[in-house]
Amino acid sequence: MAERTYRDGMRVLLPLMPAIVAFGASFGVLARAAGVDALAAVVMSATTFAGSAQFAVVSVLGAGGTAAAAIGAAVLLNARYAPMAIAASGAFHGGPLRRLLEAQLLVDESWALSSREDGFDRKVLIGAGGLLYLGWTGGTAVGVLAGDSLTDPATLGLDAAFPALFLALLAPLLRDRAAMGAAAIGAVIAIALTPVTPAGVPVIAATAACLVGLTRPRRREPARRRTPAGRPQEAST
Amino acid sequence: MSAVWLCVLVVGLATVALKAAGPVLAAGRQLPQGAARVVDLLAPALLAALVATQAFSADEELVLDERAPGVAVAAVAILLRAPLLVVVVAAAATAAGLRAIS
Repeated sequence: MAERTYRDGMRVLLPLMPAIVAFGASFGVLARAAGVDALAAVVMSATTFAGSAQFAVVSVLGAGGTAAAAIGAAVLLNARYAPMAIAASGAFHGGPLRRLLEAQLLVDESWALSSREDGFDRKVLIGAGGLLYLGWTGGTAVGVLAGDSLTDPATLGLDAAFPALFLALLAPLLRDRAAMGAAAIGAVIAIALTPVTPAGVPVIAATAACLVGLTRPRRREPARRRTPAGRPQEAST
Repeated sequence: MSAVWLCVLVVGLATVALKAAGPVLAAGRQLPQGAARVVDLLAPALLAALVATQAFSADEELVLDERAPGVAVAAVAILLRAPLLVVVVAAAATAAGLRAIS
């Protein structure tokens, strides 16, 4: 397969850009409605750069909640980035500062778009993540300026675009029984916990499904069975 | 400092740390094979959980709304090997169409 470029990352993100800009704008509108000042809303999009956590912060503050409650909800929602970044850690290289900065472009969509059967593609993650950053932050700026004159993204069905994207990116990963098992168990955990735990917990708890990887060997090694005295050796190295 | 700016600062720093921890600490290290197998399965587990929560939840409740038929249409498009743009647009158009007529 040809090596993929930053431009490929931007290209694969393009179908989602209308939805991302629209949700960035709706965050801006909601933040203003909750009494958050315009600059803080745009700075939050530029620094936190994670939709669900930002919506949680403005909705908690807008409902009269404390900063501690808002921060707790947001950190819980963003905790999924720790396992996602661990899964993708092989894609990053260079020194610690470069890794730290490049990892900031990891969000659900850039992470999912950069996943490949054999790992994660750094240039796709950065290309898609960079363009998404511009769309999200720019969309927020539009939202705080335009206010209520914007259409609700749900009217356009844009909220259905994201689960469709994740499903499309999940499908090629379901290539063996362990992957199918992890996906099925992960979905069941997320659904089961949704009504009983705070938002954010279901997705993090679903990562426990990856433990099905412990139940099966990575691949069958016929050479092992022929090795005497139970001393496994590689057939060829 | 106002509550809003406190949230911007703390949530921003926490998010930077959550995203950077794995890539910075695992720098150049190879995971043992068992751990690598488990980490490989993080992607399908997390993606399936994202599909489930984004299609069927709102405000910490399970809900069945126009997103579900949207995702069902997307699943058919995926089985027909449609390009990503078609999958995403088909899901959005289905949900928008159902909302328009309801």
